[in-house]
Amino acid sequence: MRQPPQIGFLPDHKRLHMSDGPIDLIIEAFGDPGQIRAAYRAAAERFVTVLDELCSELPLLRQPMSPRSTLPAGVVGRRMAQAVVPYAQRCFITPMAAVAGSVAEEILNTMTCAAGLSRAYVNNGGDIAFHLTPGEHLVAGMMERPDRPSLFGTATLHHDQPARGIATSGWRGRSFSLGIADAVTVVATTASLADAAATVIANAVDLPYHPRIFREPARNLAPDSDLGDIPVTRDVPQLLASEINSALGAGTKIAEELLATKLIGSAALYLQGHIRIIPTPIPRHSRRSPLHAHYSDSRSLLHA
Amino acid sequence: MPNPADSNPDPSMETRTPDDAIRCDACPVLCYIKPGRTGSCDRYANHDGQLVRLDPHVLLDQAVSRGDSLVPFLEREGEWDGNLVTKPTPFVTAIGAGTTYPDYKPAPFIISSEVAGIDVVTVVTEGIFSYCGVKVKIDTDRHLGSETATVRAEGEAVGHVTTSEYGSQMLSLGGVRHLTGGSRHEGTVTCQTLLDLCNGKPAELTIDGGASVIVQANQPPVVDRVREERMRVGCGSATIGMFAKQWFGKVDDVVVVDDHITGVLSQHQAGKLLGVAETGIRIKGRRSTPGRYFQVAEPGTAWGGTNIDDPRSILKPFDPKTAWPGLRLLMVSTTGEHSAYFELDDQLELAEKDLPPALKDSVARIRENCEPALSTVLFMGGAGGSLRAGVTENPVRLTLSVKDALTRVTCGGAPAYVWPGGGITFMVDVSRMPANAFGYVPTPAIVAPIEFTLKLADYAALGGHMDHVRPLSSVTGAKDDRERRVAHPDNPWPLGPAHSRTVAIKKKEAPRG
Repeated sequence: MRQPPQIGFLPDHKRLHMSDGPIDLIIEAFGDPGQIRAAYRAAAERFVTVLDELCSELPLLRQPMSPRSTLPAGVVGRRMAQAVVPYAQRCFITPMAAVAGSVAEEILNTMTCAAGLSRAYVNNGGDIAFHLTPGEHLVAGMMERPDRPSLFGTATLHHDQPARGIATSGWRGRSFSLGIADAVTVVATTASLADAAATVIANAVDLPYHPRIFREPARNLAPDSDLGDIPVTRDVPQLLASEINSALGAGTKIAEELLATKLIGSAALYLQGHIRIIPTPIPRHSRRSPLHAHYSDSRSLLHA
Repeated sequence: MPNPADSNPDPSMETRTPDDAIRCDACPVLCYIKPGRTGSCDRYANHDGQLVRLDPHVLLDQAVSRGDSLVPFLEREGEWDGNLVTKPTPFVTAIGAGTTYPDYKPAPFIISSEVAGIDVVTVVTEGIFSYCGVKVKIDTDRHLGSETATVRAEGEAVGHVTTSEYGSQMLSLGGVRHLTGGSRHEGTVTCQTLLDLCNGKPAELTIDGGASVIVQANQPPVVDRVREERMRVGCGSATIGMFAKQWFGKVDDVVVVDDHITGVLSQHQAGKLLGVAETGIRIKGRRSTPGRYFQVAEPGTAWGGTNIDDPRSILKPFDPKTAWPGLRLLMVSTTGEHSAYFELDDQLELAEKDLPPALKDSVARIRENCEPALSTVLFMGGAGGSLRAGVTENPVRLTLSVKDALTRVTCGGAPAYVWPGGGITFMVDVSRMPANAFGYVPTPAIVAPIEFTLKLADYAALGGHMDHVRPLSSVTGAKDDRERRVAHPDNPWPLGPAHSRTVAIKKKEAPRG
């Protein structure tokens, strides 16, 4: 039986929590209280139909993307397709790779159109769309592993940088990954682009022929997964330092290409305690968290 | 409920037939979910062919008064003010925490909360227990079955009758032999019976060569369709001792019919001390000491746990040299549930008469002194090596720490008694645990919550997963799959001072008689 979407405030009475099926959003808006209310109302009204819209064309959204693919009809589905199109010739990818970021972006856009807010974010399970006005910034905490919630760094994102989306992908997360990265966090101009790029980079952090990495066809786990018979990562053994370097190297290579084509602003790759930051942090801020230093100093690189 | 997503990592175990997957219709995504997996939302799962919503993770709040009921986590969070003085620290139970079987991974929740200035760690997990069962104490004098008789549910052997205790009969149900050592059906029925009993639901049991009994934790047992109301006040001999003074002068002799020891006032030490005259009464059965008789009848579910409906059937003819016409005799059972009054006629035959008011009162007094009869259910399980590994990198140190009383073991916040000796074998009263605390896996095995609470420093010393310790605030924060409930008022607060538990254990170890 279709369970209705759930919308309510979290106990702090400030953040709005909306969930429907697999979509789970945490939203916070800042500014004039009347404007916040208007933004929340608009968000809730928009939210209640999002999942049904997506599901009405789910078979299409689960199809591998190619430049000749039919574009989805729904605005969220279309955004998903646009986010993954740049990767269509490079690798297997479906619009589902950008679903979380695209939903976050849709709700954020609805809120900023409905009300004047100084700052806002929509967090869809770690894929975050945010809004900043001059002088404002957002600090995002970064986690290496969802099963070990401890912060490994923070990313401070300022108004005068173009980044408005941040997303994380890894094999331990809720979605399947083809790679072995514990987490890949990507900053991009929009949440949907960040989501797609994080998926692609996390898939690339891999040791394709390692015998003890346990993989299983996605279909075995979820019969209707968009990944079909493609093996997804189920367990990664403790790796040698040389193996970690090699896997991170493969991911870094892709991330640098995406950076050069301005699909991403920056990325952080985590694997078994090792971290790679792209682009490489500038050392004068080395006393601060490397991520913090990086994102504060890479403004010029974030222009996509 | 465990998170079944982790329960089947071995690909060879996967069933390949597409029919095993079920369609979830909780949202329009309409996921096909394989057995043991969750849908894309992680909230709904295929649990042995059934679509289940994974239980919310239960947080216990310290109860400040009796009668506080469940507090919904989100809706009433702002309204509820259960605090009288200071904000109590919630205790995170293992219910719904999920399990990481085979537990090479750290336990799902390792929580740090500060209590009275000491950083306390609670390691929260749900254990999968193959070695587990329940011990059931049924307050009744009725004969349920002979010792070692098989106890059945739905015709399958699920346990056996063990010792009789004072006023009660004990059953031992479950255990690895019934769960996994017999047929598949035997295992499934055993698992279901344990689950029902642990979750406070009734279970109908039949005992080979004995009674049928409906057992439910903290409810009166129903023996052969008769609801048991009262425990016996004592054995027949003890009843004589307790009430001799009240009977003296109002009746010439009293027989308290009891399957264990039937007592006779005029021959009993208590009667002798009062100067009760001999009456020439003669009892069938084996005399133990004066006024105390074993085996006056067969065990049963009638008078005093015997099989007799007419109490006169345990009497031989009165000795004509001593007895006299008009002699007044009261016969009563140990619960006061059965009673009869007789007078000897001229032929020294027993003639039944109405109970005189004074004797009626004494029978009522026996009834009044009988405690309500209940079935009580203790869950017993052993925390194996793998579960302990989820708590610490050096599992044996956890066992030692529990023995040293540095680590407190609770189940859903209820205190657990840890059996001495090797391993962590514990017992817990299921009625003190939150509702529906138990789950199962299709192995079959029972999933029970278990929490280990100790000082942070002690946790570090025993090789704990320190990098996984997270502050309580990270768990008590907003998350809609957590449910906040008020703790059982009789339970010591799991985060309270450690010595109070030690005392409680010593009390349990002490009883004699």
